Amino acid sequence: MTIGLGHYLAVGAILFTLGILGIFLNRKNIIVILMSIELILLAVNINLVAFSTFLGDIVGQVFALLVLTVAAAEAAIGLAVLVVYFRNRGSIAVEDVNLMKG
Amino acid sequence: MIQAIVFLPLIGAVLAGLISIFGAHARNPSGDTVEHHDEAHGDAHASDAHDDHAADDHGHDDHHVAEPPAAGSRAAELITTGLLLVSAGLSWFALIDVGFMHHDVRIALFPWIDSGDLQVAWSLRVDTLTAVMLVVVNTVSSLVHLYSIGYMDEDPNRPRFFAYLSLFTFAMLMLVTSDNLVQLFFGWEGVGLASYLLIGFWYQKPSANAAAIKAFVVNRVGDFGFALGIFAIFMLIGSTDFETIFAGAPGLTGKTIDFFGWHADALTLTCLLLFMGAMGKSAQFLLHTWLPDAMEGPTPVSALIHAATMVTAGVFMVARLSPLFELAPNAQAVVMFFGATTAFFAATVGLVQNDIKRIVAYSTCSQLGYMFVAMGAGAYSVGMFHLFTHAFFKALLFLGSGSVIYAMHHEQDIRNMGGLKDRIPFTYIVMVIGTLALTGFPLTAGYFSKDAIIESAFASHNPLALYGFLMTVVAAGLTSFYSWRLIFKTFHGEPHDQEHYEAAHEAPLWMLIPIGILAVGSIFAGFPFKELFAGGSVEEFFRESLKMNPHIIEDMEGIPEWAKFLPTAMMALGFLVSWLFYIRRPYLPVELARQQPLLYQFLLNKWYFDELYDLIFVRPAKWIGRFLWEVGDGYIIDGFGPDGVSARVLDVTRNVVKIQTGYLYHYAFAMLIGVAGLITWFMFGLGGQ
Repeated sequence: MTIGLGHYLAVGAILFTLGILGIFLNRKNIIVILMSIELILLAVNINLVAFSTFLGDIVGQVFALLVLTVAAAEAAIGLAVLVVYFRNRGSIAVEDVNLMKG
Repeated sequence: MIQAIVFLPLIGAVLAGLISIFGAHARNPSGDTVEHHDEAHGDAHASDAHDDHAADDHGHDDHHVAEPPAAGSRAAELITTGLLLVSAGLSWFALIDVGFMHHDVRIALFPWIDSGDLQVAWSLRVDTLTAVMLVVVNTVSSLVHLYSIGYMDEDPNRPRFFAYLSLFTFAMLMLVTSDNLVQLFFGWEGVGLASYLLIGFWYQKPSANAAAIKAFVVNRVGDFGFALGIFAIFMLIGSTDFETIFAGAPGLTGKTIDFFGWHADALTLTCLLLFMGAMGKSAQFLLHTWLPDAMEGPTPVSALIHAATMVTAGVFMVARLSPLFELAPNAQAVVMFFGATTAFFAATVGLVQNDIKRIVAYSTCSQLGYMFVAMGAGAYSVGMFHLFTHAFFKALLFLGSGSVIYAMHHEQDIRNMGGLKDRIPFTYIVMVIGTLALTGFPLTAGYFSKDAIIESAFASHNPLALYGFLMTVVAAGLTSFYSWRLIFKTFHGEPHDQEHYEAAHEAPLWMLIPIGILAVGSIFAGFPFKELFAGGSVEEFFRESLKMNPHIIEDMEGIPEWAKFLPTAMMALGFLVSWLFYIRRPYLPVELARQQPLLYQFLLNKWYFDELYDLIFVRPAKWIGRFLWEVGDGYIIDGFGPDGVSARVLDVTRNVVKIQTGYLYHYAFAMLIGVAGLITWFMFGLGGQ
């Protein structure tokens, strides 16, 4: 059985769905939400690389690298925000993060 | 010279006003409200007045404020008083120049309103009528300024007081020198404003504020008529200039004017509307209620505004418009009716009052009635004569009362006085002089003018002439009675308040000099001027400024001897009854009051006019106001307007707010649903095409 485009896309779709579910179903920790976002980005990266190989266009892989860089930066900022938030509020449980409640 | 007479008081008012403003800033730079230490006193007064309401006791009126005087008080006093004295001196020259040399002056200052047919200019018109008023206003005003330096010496707000006094004088001068009805109205309202400010000068006292508002509101009723009268004149003649009006007036006889569907005689209606304004300003019957209350103001204010000058503005206005009134005999009858009624009514009320200033106030009201009787009889110069002499002796009586109040430490109830003639002999003498002049003792000023009015009422061909004559004669007797009652209860008999009696002291020289000058005037203002105002020289003296009833002066000469003698007899009778009641048999008035409780209460409560007006006007007005406020504004406009809209907005937002849970995953879910929806739409809706 050769591994084709469809398999790669299926893995990407599964990762994406996991990421979405991780955001919704998670009731514990904001770090989990950050990780889920990373999962979504990785799913997109897999799609980009798969299509790049399939279409023989190297731009897709270059773009995937760019996404990785941005994702790293974003993760760093997200974690930093989280640390500050923890210092201020003493908790990063998802239930407690409801300052925007009307 | 005329400009100097008119504008010097304005300069004084502006300077004193500036001193007052800067003084207030210097004392209180942060702008916080100044702490007044007389709150308790004001409250005590209010409850005091309430307790003794039946007895109408308004004692302890003028009171002190324990506060340092404003900076520059002395400067403000000297500036305003000095300028007024200059102005008064010049007025006498103006009277000689205009009255005897016949140099009428007409000065156009600058244009004011130029709108279509309506052309109004600021201008000064000085003929004999105006010159007489200039002398009266400036003389009394300068003496009152001088007197106030002494009387107000403990008040912390003297610059403000003197600024108001000078402002009043300026407005009064604008009124008497006006050459058209609009400028007259300007001065008319200016004096009304100054009167309001001065009655409410002690603004810490609720009663003073109430009196000020009452004076203002009652005057608005009169001014409503006055304004309508001016409009009517402009509609009929197309101008507000006196010259044009007087030239056009004879052509209006017999014309009718449509007034609420009623075809009224144009001149009669116009004159009646104008007279309504005069009634308000001069406190005539039905619109008199503000004058006694105006006594809440400082006593010099009562002397200047509510005795000598402002309240005579109505008389002046009728005299100024004499060419109109002469053409409207029906209006003259109304003028005489109200004048005679006021003279009688105010005199009866004066009989039983106990507040020294209120007695003099009702006396003023009564004397103004006399002046209008003369106006109604067509003897305008005679009315002006009484205005002239009255200014002296009434200002004297008020300032003398002020001196008594000052001596008695702000006690105003004559029941608490008595025997003061030994303590303050000078005040006693001048008060007796003022009373002699007021009651018409032979050869004093009041004798000539008052008897001339009664004679003119007898001699006139007014349909109400007999009524006017009888009322004024009776009022002469009543005047004599209550004036001597005031003297006897204040200065004779046993002192009723030993403590105050012991402490009574003569006023300082600042106050005695003006009183002395006025006392001299009260004696000598009559005889030298009799020929000019009520004798053969009237035509020559007043010339064009008054249009007299052509026969009235001659007819006055020819009335029977008994009619000439009657007022003097009434005066003597009043004196004797008063002497009997208050010196010889002091128990008699108490007995009389006990035997006639209805009459006594009726007079003591001023014919129940205040209660009547309260019932007819004040309560319904309050009821309508309350209804419009609570139902009209509160329920309907607010309920369906701003308040209702904001309540609905609140309802909506309260529900929208509930959607905002604050949980991240809810927002993320909403975003995702949105993205899914958008994509679905692109794929199967728009994208599917």
